[in-house]
Amino acid sequence: MPEPAIHVRGLMRTFTLAQGPVHAVRGIDLTVERGEILGFLGPNGAGKTTTVRMLTTLLPPSGGHAEVAGRDLLADPAGVRRRIGYVAQSGGLDPGCGVREELITQGRLHRLTRRQAGERAEELAGDLALTELMDRPTAALSGGQRRRLEIALGLVNRPEVLFLDEPSTGLDPGSRAELWELIRRIRAGHGTTVFLTTHYLDEADALADRIVVVDAGAVVAEGTPAELKSRHTGDPAASLQDAFLAITGRTTAGEPLSI
Amino acid sequence: MTLLTDTGIIFGRYLRATLRSTTSLLFGMLQPLLFLALFGPLLTRFDLGVGGSSWQALVPGVLVQLALLGGSFVGLGLLVERNLGVIDRMRVTPVSPLALLLGRTLRDVVQLLAQSILLVGLGVAFGLRAPLAGIVLGLAFVAVLAAALSALSYGLAMNVATPPEFAAIANTVGMPLMLLSGLLLPMSLAPGWLEAASRVVPLRYTVEAVRQVFQGHYANATVLTGAAVTAGLAAVCVVGGARLFGRTRA
Repeated sequence: MPEPAIHVRGLMRTFTLAQGPVHAVRGIDLTVERGEILGFLGPNGAGKTTTVRMLTTLLPPSGGHAEVAGRDLLADPAGVRRRIGYVAQSGGLDPGCGVREELITQGRLHRLTRRQAGERAEELAGDLALTELMDRPTAALSGGQRRRLEIALGLVNRPEVLFLDEPSTGLDPGSRAELWELIRRIRAGHGTTVFLTTHYLDEADALADRIVVVDAGAVVAEGTPAELKSRHTGDPAASLQDAFLAITGRTTAGEPLSI
Repeated sequence: MTLLTDTGIIFGRYLRATLRSTTSLLFGMLQPLLFLALFGPLLTRFDLGVGGSSWQALVPGVLVQLALLGGSFVGLGLLVERNLGVIDRMRVTPVSPLALLLGRTLRDVVQLLAQSILLVGLGVAFGLRAPLAGIVLGLAFVAVLAAALSALSYGLAMNVATPPEFAAIANTVGMPLMLLSGLLLPMSLAPGWLEAASRVVPLRYTVEAVRQVFQGHYANATVLTGAAVTAGLAAVCVVGGARLFGRTRA
């Protein structure tokens, strides 16, 4: 049995605000197998982004343990960073920078030589349909093109685990469909493990092998989309929406209406 | 070695960004020149207690002012990038926070030196007389000071949430520092209490040392004190800035 791609036990994060402590993540346990696409699903404010920021070494946990891509998150954060890709919700593109320059710089930051970084940039551009756009500033890209470039930046170091935080937010339906296809292709081509946060049920349903539902900083349900549907609604023909409502008692859009 | 390479990569990226933005480059260069050209002539009839013409006192002051005002606001650009997610993207690579800081700081120093050379050139045209070695040494002081203030500004930018907050803090800290360090008029003109207050401002020692080297005095106590204070400030700011760079609150 190969070791899992991500193994998390009791991960916690508390923020201290003037108004008092906020328990954003309260002891999450989860395991993601190698080559799996995990949908990390929850309403806004459930602690999804905080969890991803901890797993990508950007935010020190308040407690708990995690291994990511075979490295201990706390003992060897640099080892984790070498083996993962991270695409933040905000994307991380510099609007003044050119597409090629962004790709090459990212490669150089991952310790590729100038030549390797150039070759890797061309290779990724070919894979992600960016070749025609290489000399444009990133500000001139469409939403779908931007997202492809952001994902290309996350793939520069051929990561074992790719973290995508709300990747389809703000995309039109056509670009969303392209993005889903791309994510499937990345996993199929390289066996990359994908940790995907989303608050879109259809996205989790379409892409994820397994779903972990979080709410208020804790895991509230876990299983394949089919398991979640039948377990929480008793009806295998139910939608994931029904299951989600049964689990969290609310829609993904926010609090339940009390009218 | 990787620190040097990484710093070089970051430096190259930001230098190219600076050169690309020709508008801000042009106006950034013009602003201190206008300041010197429009304010300097007001002082030519005063004896500022520094040897030589008033330009001898003013040009070093404007150089340090440039380092202070330019340096303290570089964090604003970082804050914008942070909100775009650029910084986080770079932090999820093997590059150290120190290289992310130093690469940017180095870009700021190079930009400031270019501005400073133009400024000194204009000063000479107006009547500044200084030996070349003194000018080179003076620019070295300004470069180290600029590195210190840039690093500090970046550290601050990593720990405040919005540009207005950042600007409020930078303005409030920068203004008294500028007035207390005797940049525009030497503190020898100040009443006792003001003079005493200015003794705790490190920039005062930098500007006094630059005034000395511009007069060709290299090995006196003022220059050595200025060198020690400026280098010490830079060390503290770079170490502190790198720590703030490595840490995030949210």
